[in-house]
Amino acid sequence: MEILVCVKRVPDTAENEFELNSAGNDLDRDDLVFSVNEWDNYAVEEAIQIVDNVGGSVTVVTVGDDESEEVLRREMAMGANNGVLLSDDAFEGSDGKGIASILKAEVEKGKYDLILTGAQADEGAGQIGGMLAAMLDLPYASLVNKIEAGDGKTVKVGREIEGGNQEMNEIDLPCVLSIQTGINEPRYVGIRGIRKVASVEIPVHSAADLGVDANVIGKDNAKVKRVDYFVPDLGEGAEMLEGSTEEIIDALIEKLKSKGGL
Amino acid sequence: MTQIFAYIPHQGGVAADIALEYPAAAAKIDASSTLTAVVTGSGPDLDKVANGLTSIYKEVIKIDNAALAYPNAEVVRKALVNVLDASAIVFAPNDTFGMDLCPGLSIKMDSAYVADAVDFEGMEGSLLKVVRQELGGAVSTHVTCDTAAGAVITLRPGAFIPVEAGAAGGTIVDKSADAGDLAAKRRFLEIVEAEVGDVDITKSDVLVSVGRGIEEEENIEIAQELAEAMKAVVSCSRPIVDAKWLEKSRQVGTSGQTVKPKVYMAMGISGSFQHMGGIKGNPFIVAVNKNPKAPIFQVADVGIVQDILEFMPELTEKVKSM
Ligand SMILES: Cc1cc2nc3c(=O)[nH]c(=O)nc-3n(C[C@H](O)[C@H](O)[C@H](O)COP(=O)(O)OP(=O)(O)OC[C@H]3O[C@@H](n4cnc5c(N)ncnc54)[C@H](O)[C@@H]3O)c2cc1C
Repeated sequence: MEILVCVKRVPDTAENEFELNSAGNDLDRDDLVFSVNEWDNYAVEEAIQIVDNVGGSVTVVTVGDDESEEVLRREMAMGANNGVLLSDDAFEGSDGKGIASILKAEVEKGKYDLILTGAQADEGAGQIGGMLAAMLDLPYASLVNKIEAGDGKTVKVGREIEGGNQEMNEIDLPCVLSIQTGINEPRYVGIRGIRKVASVEIPVHSAADLGVDANVIGKDNAKVKRVDYFVPDLGEGAEMLEGSTEEIIDALIEKLKSKGGL
Repeated sequence: MTQIFAYIPHQGGVAADIALEYPAAAAKIDASSTLTAVVTGSGPDLDKVANGLTSIYKEVIKIDNAALAYPNAEVVRKALVNVLDASAIVFAPNDTFGMDLCPGLSIKMDSAYVADAVDFEGMEGSLLKVVRQELGGAVSTHVTCDTAAGAVITLRPGAFIPVEAGAAGGTIVDKSADAGDLAAKRRFLEIVEAEVGDVDITKSDVLVSVGRGIEEEENIEIAQELAEAMKAVVSCSRPIVDAKWLEKSRQVGTSGQTVKPKVYMAMGISGSFQHMGGIKGNPFIVAVNKNPKAPIFQVADVGIVQDILEFMPELTEKVKSM
Protein backbone atom coordinates (compact mmCIF):
# COMPACT_ATOMS: atom_id res chain seq x y z
CA MET A 1 0.00 0.00 0.00
CA GLU A 2 1.43 3.39 -1.01
CA ILE A 3 0.42 5.91 1.63
CA LEU A 4 0.76 9.68 1.65
CA VAL A 5 0.33 11.49 4.96
CA CYS A 6 -0.21 15.26 5.06
CA VAL A 7 1.35 16.85 8.14
CA LYS A 8 1.72 20.36 9.53
CA ARG A 9 3.99 22.35 11.82
CA VAL A 10 1.86 24.18 14.37
CA PRO A 11 2.27 26.25 17.55
CA ASP A 12 2.19 23.83 20.46
CA THR A 13 -0.86 24.56 22.63
CA ALA A 14 0.66 22.79 25.64
CA GLU A 15 3.94 24.70 25.53
CA ASN A 16 2.77 28.24 24.79
CA GLU A 17 0.90 31.01 26.50
CA PHE A 18 -0.50 32.84 23.52
CA GLU A 19 -0.07 36.61 23.58
CA LEU A 20 -1.02 39.18 21.01
CA ASN A 21 1.66 41.34 19.40
CA SER A 22 1.89 45.03 20.25
CA ALA A 23 -0.39 45.94 17.34
CA GLY A 24 -2.94 43.53 18.75
CA ASN A 25 -3.69 41.94 15.38
CA ASP A 26 -1.48 38.86 15.37
CA LEU A 27 0.06 36.39 17.77
CA ASP A 28 3.36 37.37 19.25
CA ARG A 29 5.33 34.84 17.27
CA ASP A 30 8.80 35.56 18.63
CA ASP A 31 8.98 32.90 21.31
CA LEU A 32 6.41 30.43 20.11
CA VAL A 33 7.26 26.76 20.47
CA PHE A 34 6.23 24.71 17.43
CA SER A 35 5.65 21.00 17.05
CA VAL A 36 3.94 18.50 14.77
CA ASN A 37 0.16 18.80 14.81
CA GLU A 38 -1.01 16.26 17.38
CA TRP A 39 -3.48 14.53 15.04
CA ASP A 40 -0.78 14.05 12.37
CA ASN A 41 1.33 11.86 14.63
CA TYR A 42 -1.57 9.43 14.86
CA ALA A 43 -1.96 9.49 11.07
CA VAL A 44 1.72 8.75 10.50
CA GLU A 45 1.73 5.99 13.12
CA GLU A 46 -1.30 4.40 11.48
CA ALA A 47 0.35 4.56 8.05
CA ILE A 48 3.51 2.94 9.38
CA GLN A 49 1.51 0.15 11.03
CA ILE A 50 -0.44 -0.54 7.83
CA VAL A 51 2.77 -0.72 5.80
CA ASP A 52 4.33 -2.99 8.42
CA ASN A 53 1.38 -5.33 7.94
CA VAL A 54 0.78 -5.29 4.19
CA GLY A 55 3.92 -3.75 2.69
CA GLY A 56 4.35 -0.53 0.75
CA SER A 57 5.74 2.82 1.78
CA VAL A 58 4.85 5.95 3.70
CA THR A 59 5.55 9.44 2.37
CA VAL A 60 4.99 12.51 4.53
CA VAL A 61 4.28 15.85 2.88
CA THR A 62 3.77 19.35 4.18
CA VAL A 63 3.04 22.77 2.76
CA GLY A 64 5.26 25.24 4.57
CA ASP A 65 8.51 27.11 4.79
CA ASP A 66 12.06 25.89 5.45
CA GLU A 67 11.28 25.41 9.12
CA SER A 68 8.56 22.92 8.28
CA GLU A 69 11.29 20.53 7.22
CA GLU A 70 11.81 19.66 10.88
CA VAL A 71 8.35 18.11 11.15
CA LEU A 72 9.01 15.99 8.07
CA ARG A 73 12.24 14.78 9.66
CA ARG A 74 10.49 14.01 12.91
CA GLU A 75 7.88 11.90 11.13
CA MET A 76 10.63 10.21 9.12
CA ALA A 77 12.39 9.44 12.38
CA MET A 78 9.14 7.72 13.40
CA GLY A 79 9.43 5.52 10.35
CA ALA A 80 8.01 7.31 7.31
CA ASN A 81 10.12 6.39 4.27
CA ASN A 82 10.07 9.68 2.35
CA GLY A 83 9.40 13.35 2.95
CA VAL A 84 8.39 16.09 0.53
CA LEU A 85 8.28 19.82 1.29
CA LEU A 86 5.93 21.94 -0.78
CA SER A 87 7.24 25.45 -0.51
CA ASP A 88 6.91 28.64 -2.50
CA ASP A 89 6.35 32.29 -1.60
CA ALA A 90 3.27 32.10 -3.81
CA PHE A 91 1.67 29.68 -1.31
CA GLU A 92 1.65 32.23 1.49
CA GLY A 93 -1.76 33.30 2.73
CA SER A 94 -3.57 30.45 0.98
CA ASP A 95 -6.88 29.45 2.51
CA GLY A 96 -7.91 25.82 3.04
CA LYS A 97 -8.89 25.46 -0.57
CA GLY A 98 -5.52 26.82 -1.66
CA ILE A 99 -3.63 24.39 0.57
CA ALA A 100 -5.75 21.48 -0.65
CA SER A 101 -5.03 22.51 -4.27
CA ILE A 102 -1.28 22.45 -3.61
CA LEU A 103 -1.54 19.02 -1.98
CA LYS A 104 -3.68 17.77 -4.85
CA ALA A 105 -0.94 18.65 -7.32
CA GLU A 106 1.56 16.62 -5.29
CA VAL A 107 -0.83 13.66 -4.96
CA GLU A 108 -1.24 13.58 -8.72
CA LYS A 109 2.52 13.28 -9.22
CA GLY A 110 2.50 9.93 -7.41
CA LYS A 111 0.32 6.87 -7.23
CA TYR A 112 -1.17 6.53 -3.78
CA ASP A 113 -3.69 4.02 -2.50
CA LEU A 114 -4.34 5.85 0.72
CA ILE A 115 -4.01 9.50 1.65
CA LEU A 116 -4.19 10.41 5.32
CA THR A 117 -4.48 13.73 7.11
CA GLY A 118 -4.93 14.62 10.76
CA ALA A 119 -8.57 15.24 11.72
CA GLN A 120 -7.73 18.91 12.29
CA ALA A 121 -4.79 21.19 13.05
CA ASP A 122 -4.13 24.51 14.76
CA GLU A 123 -6.94 26.39 13.01
CA GLY A 124 -9.45 23.77 14.13
CA ALA A 125 -11.08 23.74 10.71
CA GLY A 126 -10.65 20.06 9.84
CA GLN A 127 -11.04 20.95 6.20
CA ILE A 128 -8.02 19.79 4.20
CA GLY A 129 -8.79 16.07 3.96
CA GLY A 130 -12.36 16.53 2.79
CA MET A 131 -11.44 19.23 0.31
CA LEU A 132 -8.57 17.20 -1.11
CA ALA A 133 -10.79 14.15 -1.53
CA ALA A 134 -13.48 16.15 -3.33
CA MET A 135 -10.92 17.77 -5.64
CA LEU A 136 -9.48 14.35 -6.50
CA ASP A 137 -12.94 12.80 -6.77
CA LEU A 138 -11.97 10.20 -4.20
CA PRO A 139 -14.15 8.89 -1.39
CA TYR A 140 -13.51 10.31 2.07
CA ALA A 141 -14.14 9.60 5.71
CA SER A 142 -13.34 11.98 8.57
CA LEU A 143 -12.49 11.28 12.22
CA VAL A 144 -11.32 7.77 11.46
CA ASN A 145 -10.46 5.76 14.57
CA LYS A 146 -10.07 2.33 12.99
CA ILE A 147 -8.69 1.05 9.68
CA GLU A 148 -8.84 -2.54 8.52
CA ALA A 149 -6.90 -2.97 5.30
CA GLY A 150 -8.95 -5.36 3.19
CA ASP A 151 -8.42 -6.94 -0.19
CA GLY A 152 -6.47 -4.04 -1.66
CA LYS A 153 -9.61 -2.70 -3.34
CA THR A 154 -11.46 -1.51 -0.27
CA VAL A 155 -10.78 -0.70 3.38
CA LYS A 156 -13.10 -0.98 6.33
CA VAL A 157 -12.94 2.13 8.49
CA GLY A 158 -14.49 3.15 11.77
CA ARG A 159 -15.46 6.81 12.21
CA GLU A 160 -15.91 8.38 15.58
CA ILE A 161 -19.37 9.82 16.05
CA GLU A 162 -21.04 11.48 19.03
CA GLY A 163 -21.20 9.80 22.41
CA GLY A 164 -18.23 7.50 21.86
CA ASN A 165 -20.06 5.43 19.25
CA GLN A 166 -18.37 4.27 16.07
CA GLU A 167 -19.72 4.26 12.52
CA MET A 168 -18.32 1.47 10.33
CA ASN A 169 -18.00 2.02 6.59
CA GLU A 170 -16.52 0.22 3.64
CA ILE A 171 -14.63 2.53 1.29
CA ASP A 172 -13.18 1.97 -2.17
CA LEU A 173 -9.47 2.58 -2.64
CA PRO A 174 -7.88 4.93 -3.35
CA CYS A 175 -9.41 7.13 -0.70
CA VAL A 176 -8.66 9.99 1.69
CA LEU A 177 -9.12 9.57 5.45
CA SER A 178 -8.70 12.08 8.26
CA ILE A 179 -7.36 10.45 11.40
CA GLN A 180 -8.69 11.02 14.91
CA THR A 181 -6.53 10.74 18.03
CA GLY A 182 -6.76 7.50 19.99
CA ILE A 183 -6.64 5.25 16.91
CA ASN A 184 -3.21 3.99 18.03
CA GLU A 185 -0.35 4.95 20.32
CA PRO A 186 2.16 6.98 18.32
CA ARG A 187 5.65 5.65 18.93
CA TYR A 188 8.19 7.65 20.84
CA VAL A 189 10.81 9.40 18.74
CA GLY A 190 14.19 9.56 20.41
CA ILE A 191 17.12 11.75 19.61
CA ARG A 192 18.83 8.80 17.91
CA GLY A 193 16.01 8.42 15.46
CA ILE A 194 16.14 12.12 14.64
CA ARG A 195 19.89 11.90 14.06
CA LYS A 196 19.49 8.96 11.73
CA VAL A 197 17.40 10.97 9.27
CA ALA A 198 19.17 14.30 9.81
CA SER A 199 21.06 14.15 6.53
CA VAL A 200 18.40 12.51 4.34
CA GLU A 201 17.63 14.79 1.44
CA ILE A 202 14.10 16.15 1.35
CA PRO A 203 12.94 17.32 -2.07
CA VAL A 204 11.29 20.75 -2.22
CA HIS A 205 8.55 21.29 -4.79
CA SER A 206 7.57 24.80 -5.86
CA ALA A 207 4.39 26.05 -7.50
CA ALA A 208 6.06 25.67 -10.90
CA ASP A 209 7.28 22.13 -10.15
CA LEU A 210 3.78 21.15 -9.14
CA GLY A 211 2.00 23.03 -11.91
CA VAL A 212 -0.49 24.47 -9.41
CA ASP A 213 -3.13 26.77 -10.85
CA ALA A 214 -1.94 30.23 -9.75
CA ASN A 215 -5.56 31.39 -9.45
CA VAL A 216 -6.36 29.32 -6.39
CA ILE A 217 -3.32 29.89 -4.17
CA GLY A 218 -1.96 32.78 -2.14
CA LYS A 219 -3.62 35.51 -0.17
CA ASP A 220 -5.13 37.31 -3.14
CA ASN A 221 -7.07 34.27 -4.23
CA ALA A 222 -8.20 33.23 -0.77
CA LYS A 223 -11.94 33.51 -0.30
CA VAL A 224 -11.47 33.15 3.42
CA LYS A 225 -8.99 35.49 5.09
CA ARG A 226 -8.00 36.01 8.68
CA VAL A 227 -8.28 39.67 9.64
CA ASP A 228 -6.93 39.57 13.19
CA TYR A 229 -6.56 37.63 16.38
CA PHE A 230 -8.11 38.71 19.63
CA VAL A 231 -8.44 37.43 23.15
CA PRO A 232 -11.76 35.67 23.53
CA ASP A 233 -14.38 37.16 25.78
CA LEU A 234 -16.67 34.25 26.43
CA GLY A 235 -18.35 35.06 29.66
CA GLU A 236 -17.84 36.95 32.84
CA GLY A 237 -14.80 34.85 33.51
CA ALA A 238 -14.06 32.94 36.65
CA GLU A 239 -13.67 34.44 40.08
CA MET A 240 -9.94 33.93 40.55
CA LEU A 241 -8.89 32.78 44.00
CA GLU A 242 -5.61 34.32 45.06
CA GLY A 243 -3.29 34.26 48.02
CA SER A 244 -1.30 31.49 49.64
CA THR A 245 -2.21 27.91 48.76
CA GLU A 246 -3.70 27.55 52.21
CA GLU A 247 -5.90 30.62 51.81
CA ILE A 248 -6.99 29.43 48.39
CA ILE A 249 -7.89 26.01 49.73
CA ASP A 250 -9.88 27.48 52.62
CA ALA A 251 -11.83 29.72 50.29
CA LEU A 252 -12.38 26.87 47.85
CA ILE A 253 -13.68 24.55 50.55
CA GLU A 254 -16.24 27.14 51.66
CA LYS A 255 -17.48 27.42 48.09
CA LEU A 256 -17.55 23.68 47.56
CA LYS A 257 -19.61 23.27 50.71
CA SER A 258 -22.17 25.80 49.58
CA LYS A 259 -22.45 24.23 46.11
CA GLY A 260 -22.85 20.67 47.29
CA GLY A 261 -19.33 19.57 46.44
CA LEU A 262 -18.47 18.54 49.98
CA MET B 1 -31.33 39.56 0.57
CA THR B 2 -29.20 36.52 1.39
CA GLN B 3 -30.45 33.03 0.66
CA ILE B 4 -29.42 30.59 3.37
CA PHE B 5 -30.03 26.84 3.44
CA ALA B 6 -29.79 25.18 6.84
CA TYR B 7 -29.01 21.48 6.79
CA ILE B 8 -30.84 19.78 9.65
CA PRO B 9 -29.47 16.47 10.95
CA HIS B 10 -31.99 14.26 12.68
CA GLN B 11 -32.35 10.96 14.44
CA GLY B 12 -35.36 8.84 15.20
CA GLY B 13 -37.70 11.46 13.74
CA VAL B 14 -36.30 14.26 15.90
CA ALA B 15 -34.37 17.23 14.50
CA ALA B 16 -31.01 18.06 16.10
CA ASP B 17 -31.02 20.97 18.58
CA ILE B 18 -29.12 23.13 16.13
CA ALA B 19 -32.33 23.49 14.10
CA LEU B 20 -33.35 26.09 16.68
CA GLU B 21 -29.97 27.85 16.56
CA TYR B 22 -29.73 28.45 12.81
CA PRO B 23 -32.35 31.25 12.75
CA ALA B 24 -30.33 33.34 15.23
CA ALA B 25 -27.19 32.78 13.17
CA ALA B 26 -28.95 33.72 9.94
CA ALA B 27 -30.27 36.93 11.51
CA LYS B 28 -26.74 37.92 12.50
CA ILE B 29 -25.62 37.60 8.89
CA ASP B 30 -28.47 39.57 7.41
CA ALA B 31 -31.74 40.46 9.10
CA SER B 32 -33.59 40.15 5.79
CA SER B 33 -32.12 36.77 4.82
CA THR B 34 -34.41 33.99 3.67
CA LEU B 35 -33.74 30.83 5.61
CA THR B 36 -34.77 27.45 4.25
CA ALA B 37 -34.39 24.21 6.18
CA VAL B 38 -33.10 21.18 4.30
CA VAL B 39 -33.61 17.61 5.45
CA THR B 40 -32.52 14.38 3.83
CA GLY B 41 -33.54 10.89 4.80
CA SER B 42 -36.14 8.32 4.03
CA GLY B 43 -39.68 7.33 4.97
CA PRO B 44 -41.95 8.28 7.89
CA ASP B 45 -39.09 9.50 10.12
CA LEU B 46 -38.16 12.10 7.53
CA ASP B 47 -41.76 13.25 7.18
CA LYS B 48 -42.03 13.60 10.93
CA VAL B 49 -38.91 15.77 11.03
CA ALA B 50 -39.99 17.87 8.05
CA ASN B 51 -43.42 18.47 9.60
CA GLY B 52 -41.87 19.48 12.90
CA LEU B 53 -39.60 21.96 11.17
CA THR B 54 -42.52 23.85 9.67
CA SER B 55 -43.05 25.37 13.11
CA ILE B 56 -39.58 26.98 12.90
CA TYR B 57 -39.00 27.56 9.17
CA LYS B 58 -41.16 29.13 6.47
CA GLU B 59 -39.81 26.69 3.92
CA VAL B 60 -38.55 23.14 4.41
CA ILE B 61 -36.92 21.27 1.55
CA LYS B 62 -37.11 17.53 1.91
CA ILE B 63 -35.10 15.01 -0.07
CA ASP B 64 -36.41 11.48 0.39
CA ASN B 65 -34.44 8.55 -0.96
CA ALA B 66 -33.67 5.09 0.41
CA ALA B 67 -29.96 5.81 -0.13
CA LEU B 68 -30.30 8.65 2.38
CA ALA B 69 -31.76 6.52 5.16
CA TYR B 70 -28.43 6.68 6.97
CA PRO B 71 -26.63 10.05 6.71
CA ASN B 72 -23.63 8.92 4.65
CA ALA B 73 -21.83 12.20 3.93
CA GLU B 74 -20.89 11.25 0.39
CA VAL B 75 -24.48 10.47 -0.54
CA VAL B 76 -25.90 13.50 1.24
CA ARG B 77 -23.34 15.70 -0.52
CA LYS B 78 -24.43 14.45 -3.94
CA ALA B 79 -28.06 15.12 -3.17
CA LEU B 80 -27.36 18.63 -1.86
CA VAL B 81 -25.19 19.57 -4.85
CA ASN B 82 -28.03 18.57 -7.15
CA VAL B 83 -30.75 20.36 -5.22
CA LEU B 84 -29.31 23.52 -3.68
CA ASP B 85 -28.51 26.80 -5.36
CA ALA B 86 -24.69 26.93 -5.32
CA SER B 87 -24.59 30.70 -4.94
CA ALA B 88 -26.34 30.56 -1.55
CA ILE B 89 -24.96 30.09 1.95
CA VAL B 90 -25.30 26.58 3.38
CA PHE B 91 -25.27 26.01 7.15
CA ALA B 92 -24.42 22.73 8.83
CA PRO B 93 -23.36 21.87 12.38
CA ASN B 94 -19.68 21.60 13.26
CA ASP B 95 -20.14 18.10 14.60
CA THR B 96 -18.91 14.73 13.40
CA PHE B 97 -21.37 14.74 10.50
CA GLY B 98 -20.77 18.34 9.46
CA MET B 99 -17.02 17.78 9.54
CA ASP B 100 -17.50 14.79 7.26
CA LEU B 101 -19.82 16.51 4.81
CA CYS B 102 -18.90 20.14 4.48
CA PRO B 103 -15.30 20.58 3.28
CA GLY B 104 -16.05 18.39 0.26
CA LEU B 105 -19.44 20.01 -0.26
CA SER B 106 -17.79 23.43 -0.54
CA ILE B 107 -15.48 22.10 -3.25
CA LYS B 108 -18.30 20.50 -5.23
CA MET B 109 -20.38 23.68 -4.97
CA ASP B 110 -17.31 25.75 -5.77
CA SER B 111 -18.02 28.01 -2.82
CA ALA B 112 -16.05 29.33 0.15
CA TYR B 113 -15.76 27.30 3.35
CA VAL B 114 -15.64 28.40 6.95
CA ALA B 115 -15.60 25.80 9.72
CA ASP B 116 -16.80 26.19 13.28
CA ALA B 117 -18.23 29.70 13.27
CA VAL B 118 -19.05 30.90 16.78
CA ASP B 119 -20.45 34.29 15.79
CA PHE B 120 -21.19 36.52 12.80
CA GLU B 121 -20.65 40.26 12.62
CA GLY B 122 -22.65 41.00 9.49
CA MET B 123 -21.93 41.45 5.79
CA GLU B 124 -20.10 44.16 3.95
CA GLY B 125 -20.83 43.74 0.28
CA SER B 126 -20.22 40.05 -0.25
CA LEU B 127 -17.75 39.79 2.63
CA LEU B 128 -19.15 38.06 5.68
CA LYS B 129 -17.35 38.71 8.95
CA VAL B 130 -17.07 35.53 11.01
CA VAL B 131 -15.70 34.89 14.49
CA ARG B 132 -13.83 31.62 14.99
CA GLN B 133 -11.40 30.16 17.48
CA GLU B 134 -8.00 28.64 16.93
CA LEU B 135 -5.48 26.67 18.94
CA GLY B 136 -8.05 24.82 20.98
CA GLY B 137 -9.84 28.00 22.00
CA ALA B 138 -6.73 29.82 23.22
CA VAL B 139 -7.24 32.63 20.70
CA SER B 140 -10.16 33.99 18.70
CA THR B 141 -10.00 35.41 15.20
CA HIS B 142 -12.10 37.42 12.81
CA VAL B 143 -12.12 36.02 9.31
CA THR B 144 -13.78 37.38 6.22
CA CYS B 145 -15.53 34.98 3.91
CA ASP B 146 -16.29 36.02 0.35
CA THR B 147 -19.81 34.74 -0.21
CA ALA B 148 -20.17 36.11 -3.76
CA ALA B 149 -20.08 32.59 -5.21
CA GLY B 150 -21.75 30.94 -2.22
CA ALA B 151 -20.37 29.62 1.04
CA VAL B 152 -20.61 26.52 3.19
CA ILE B 153 -20.35 27.37 6.88
CA THR B 154 -20.44 25.03 9.85
CA LEU B 155 -21.69 26.46 13.14
CA ARG B 156 -20.48 25.43 16.55
CA PRO B 157 -23.41 23.73 18.28
CA GLY B 158 -24.54 25.82 21.23
CA ALA B 159 -22.88 29.03 20.05
CA PHE B 160 -26.10 30.72 18.89
CA ILE B 161 -29.12 31.37 21.04
CA PRO B 162 -31.93 28.96 20.19
CA VAL B 163 -35.28 30.37 19.09
CA GLU B 164 -38.58 29.03 20.39
CA ALA B 165 -40.38 26.70 18.03
CA GLY B 166 -43.52 28.61 17.16
CA ALA B 167 -46.00 28.65 14.35
CA ALA B 168 -43.87 29.58 11.36
CA GLY B 169 -46.52 27.83 9.27
CA GLY B 170 -43.90 26.65 6.84
CA THR B 171 -44.46 24.70 3.68
CA ILE B 172 -42.67 21.52 2.71
CA VAL B 173 -41.13 21.40 -0.74
CA ASP B 174 -40.39 17.88 -1.93
CA LYS B 175 -37.22 17.86 -4.02
CA SER B 176 -36.70 14.10 -3.92
CA ALA B 177 -36.92 13.87 -7.69
CA ASP B 178 -33.96 16.22 -8.13
CA ALA B 179 -31.51 14.26 -5.98
CA GLY B 180 -29.99 12.48 -8.99
CA ASP B 181 -27.71 9.46 -8.98
CA LEU B 182 -26.73 8.65 -5.39
CA ALA B 183 -24.30 5.76 -5.97
CA ALA B 184 -21.36 6.00 -3.57
CA LYS B 185 -17.80 4.77 -3.14
CA ARG B 186 -18.33 4.72 0.60
CA ARG B 187 -20.91 2.37 2.09
CA PHE B 188 -22.32 2.53 5.61
CA LEU B 189 -22.13 -0.80 7.42
CA GLU B 190 -23.19 -0.43 11.06
CA ILE B 191 -22.95 1.55 14.28
CA VAL B 192 -20.83 0.04 17.03
CA GLU B 193 -22.07 1.33 20.39
CA ALA B 194 -19.72 2.64 23.07
CA GLU B 195 -18.61 0.16 25.70
CA VAL B 196 -20.00 0.56 29.20
CA GLY B 197 -17.32 1.13 31.82
CA ASP B 198 -16.99 0.07 35.43
CA VAL B 199 -18.00 3.48 36.75
CA ASP B 200 -20.90 5.57 35.50
CA ILE B 201 -19.62 9.15 35.62
CA THR B 202 -23.02 10.45 34.52
CA LYS B 203 -24.49 9.49 37.90
CA SER B 204 -22.05 11.37 40.09
CA ASP B 205 -22.85 14.76 41.65
CA VAL B 206 -19.19 15.68 41.96
CA LEU B 207 -16.54 14.98 39.35
CA VAL B 208 -12.81 15.42 39.74
CA SER B 209 -11.86 15.63 36.10
CA VAL B 210 -8.26 15.42 34.95
CA GLY B 211 -6.74 16.61 31.71
CA ARG B 212 -3.36 16.54 30.07
CA GLY B 213 -2.03 18.62 32.97
CA ILE B 214 -1.83 15.39 34.99
CA GLU B 215 1.26 14.68 32.91
CA GLU B 216 1.83 11.02 33.77
CA GLU B 217 -0.21 7.90 34.28
CA GLU B 218 1.01 7.41 37.87
CA ASN B 219 -0.36 10.84 38.78
CA ILE B 220 -3.94 9.71 38.15
CA GLU B 221 -3.64 8.27 41.65
CA ILE B 222 -3.43 11.83 43.03
CA ALA B 223 -6.80 12.67 41.50
CA GLN B 224 -8.21 9.37 42.68
CA GLU B 225 -7.29 10.26 46.27
CA LEU B 226 -8.90 13.68 46.03
CA ALA B 227 -12.02 12.14 44.53
CA GLU B 228 -12.22 9.61 47.35
CA ALA B 229 -11.89 12.33 49.96
CA MET B 230 -14.65 14.34 48.25
CA LYS B 231 -16.84 11.23 47.68
CA ALA B 232 -16.55 12.07 44.02
CA VAL B 233 -15.67 10.16 40.88
CA VAL B 234 -12.72 10.70 38.53
CA SER B 235 -13.51 11.67 34.97
CA CYS B 236 -11.17 13.05 32.31
CA SER B 237 -10.56 14.83 29.05
CA ARG B 238 -9.82 13.00 25.87
CA PRO B 239 -6.00 12.90 25.82
CA ILE B 240 -6.13 10.81 29.01
CA VAL B 241 -8.25 8.23 27.23
CA ASP B 242 -6.14 8.39 24.07
CA ALA B 243 -3.11 7.58 26.23
CA LYS B 244 -5.10 4.68 27.75
CA TRP B 245 -4.62 5.98 31.30
CA LEU B 246 -8.36 5.79 31.93
CA GLU B 247 -11.09 4.00 30.06
CA LYS B 248 -13.24 5.66 27.42
CA SER B 249 -16.34 5.63 29.63
CA ARG B 250 -14.61 8.21 31.88
CA GLN B 251 -14.23 10.75 29.06
CA VAL B 252 -16.34 13.89 29.28
CA GLY B 253 -17.15 15.60 25.99
CA THR B 254 -18.90 15.50 22.67
CA SER B 255 -17.20 12.25 21.74
CA GLY B 256 -17.49 10.91 25.28
CA GLN B 257 -20.05 11.17 28.05
CA THR B 258 -22.51 13.94 28.77
CA VAL B 259 -22.45 14.67 32.50
CA LYS B 260 -24.68 16.78 34.75
CA PRO B 261 -22.89 17.02 38.08
CA LYS B 262 -23.44 19.70 40.73
CA VAL B 263 -19.74 20.40 40.93
CA TYR B 264 -17.14 19.89 38.21
CA MET B 265 -13.47 20.13 39.17
CA ALA B 266 -11.45 20.67 35.97
CA MET B 267 -7.85 19.85 36.87
CA GLY B 268 -5.29 20.65 34.19
CA ILE B 269 -7.91 20.88 31.46
CA SER B 270 -7.66 23.71 28.91
CA GLY B 271 -11.40 23.90 28.21
CA SER B 272 -11.79 23.06 24.52
CA PHE B 273 -15.38 23.25 23.26
CA GLN B 274 -15.46 19.52 22.59
CA HIS B 275 -14.70 18.93 26.25
CA MET B 276 -17.08 21.58 27.60
CA GLY B 277 -19.80 20.27 25.23
CA GLY B 278 -20.13 17.24 27.50
CA ILE B 279 -20.90 19.29 30.60
CA LYS B 280 -24.59 20.12 30.94
CA GLY B 281 -26.92 21.39 33.62
CA ASN B 282 -24.82 24.44 34.53
CA PRO B 283 -22.68 22.91 37.31
CA PHE B 284 -20.38 24.90 39.56
CA ILE B 285 -17.07 24.64 37.70
CA VAL B 286 -13.77 24.91 39.53
CA ALA B 287 -10.74 25.14 37.24
CA VAL B 288 -7.18 24.63 38.40
CA ASN B 289 -4.61 25.34 35.71
CA LYS B 290 -1.07 26.62 35.79
CA ASN B 291 -1.66 28.80 32.73
CA PRO B 292 -3.54 32.00 33.72
CA LYS B 293 -4.63 32.39 30.07
CA ALA B 294 -6.20 28.94 29.77
CA PRO B 295 -9.60 29.26 28.02
CA ILE B 296 -11.28 27.31 30.82
CA PHE B 297 -11.02 30.41 33.02
CA GLN B 298 -13.58 32.10 30.79
CA VAL B 299 -16.23 29.49 31.49
CA ALA B 300 -15.37 28.35 35.00
CA ASP B 301 -17.02 29.82 38.13
CA VAL B 302 -13.87 29.68 40.19
CA GLY B 303 -10.34 29.74 38.85
CA ILE B 304 -7.11 28.85 40.57
CA VAL B 305 -3.70 29.30 38.99
CA GLN B 306 -1.67 26.47 40.47
CA ASP B 307 0.16 23.30 39.56
CA ILE B 308 -2.40 20.53 40.04
CA LEU B 309 0.28 18.07 41.07
CA GLU B 310 0.99 20.19 44.12
CA PHE B 311 -2.48 21.58 44.66
CA MET B 312 -4.51 18.38 44.63
CA PRO B 313 -2.58 16.60 47.42
CA GLU B 314 -2.88 19.64 49.66
CA LEU B 315 -6.58 19.92 48.99
CA THR B 316 -6.97 16.21 49.68
CA GLU B 317 -5.22 16.56 53.05
CA LYS B 318 -7.42 19.47 54.04
CA VAL B 319 -10.65 17.74 53.02
CA LYS B 320 -9.65 14.57 54.88
CA SER B 321 -8.93 16.55 58.04
CA MET B 322 -12.38 18.12 58.08
C1 LIG C 1 -14.10 15.65 16.78
C2 LIG C 1 -13.41 15.85 18.08
C3 LIG C 1 -14.01 15.39 19.22
C4 LIG C 1 -13.40 15.59 20.46
N1 LIG C 1 -14.04 15.13 21.58
C5 LIG C 1 -13.51 15.39 22.79
C6 LIG C 1 -14.18 14.97 23.99
O1 LIG C 1 -15.24 14.33 23.96
N2 LIG C 1 -13.62 15.29 25.18
C7 LIG C 1 -12.44 15.97 25.29
O2 LIG C 1 -11.99 16.24 26.41
N3 LIG C 1 -11.78 16.36 24.18
C8 LIG C 1 -12.28 16.07 22.94
N4 LIG C 1 -11.59 16.45 21.82
C9 LIG C 1 -10.22 16.99 21.98
C10 LIG C 1 -10.22 18.45 22.32
O3 LIG C 1 -10.25 19.20 21.14
C11 LIG C 1 -8.94 18.80 23.11
O4 LIG C 1 -7.81 18.39 22.36
C12 LIG C 1 -8.88 18.17 24.49
O5 LIG C 1 -10.10 18.36 25.18
C13 LIG C 1 -7.75 18.78 25.29
O6 LIG C 1 -7.65 18.12 26.52
P1 LIG C 1 -6.93 18.80 27.76
O7 LIG C 1 -7.63 20.05 28.11
O8 LIG C 1 -6.78 17.76 28.81
O9 LIG C 1 -5.45 19.05 27.19
P2 LIG C 1 -4.75 20.40 26.78
O10 LIG C 1 -5.56 21.19 25.85
O11 LIG C 1 -3.36 20.02 26.38
O12 LIG C 1 -4.70 21.21 28.13
C14 LIG C 1 -3.94 20.85 29.24
C15 LIG C 1 -4.03 21.98 30.22
O13 LIG C 1 -3.36 21.62 31.39
C16 LIG C 1 -2.60 22.71 31.87
N5 LIG C 1 -1.52 22.13 32.67
C17 LIG C 1 -0.46 21.42 32.25
N6 LIG C 1 0.27 20.99 33.29
C18 LIG C 1 -0.36 21.43 34.40
C19 LIG C 1 -0.10 21.30 35.80
N7 LIG C 1 0.93 20.59 36.26
N8 LIG C 1 -0.95 21.90 36.65
C20 LIG C 1 -2.01 22.60 36.20
N9 LIG C 1 -2.29 22.75 34.91
C21 LIG C 1 -1.50 22.15 34.02
C22 LIG C 1 -2.17 23.45 30.65
O14 LIG C 1 -1.94 24.81 30.95
C23 LIG C 1 -3.40 23.27 29.73
O15 LIG C 1 -4.31 24.32 29.87
C24 LIG C 1 -12.16 16.25 20.56
C25 LIG C 1 -11.55 16.71 19.39
C26 LIG C 1 -12.16 16.51 18.17
C27 LIG C 1 -11.48 17.02 16.94
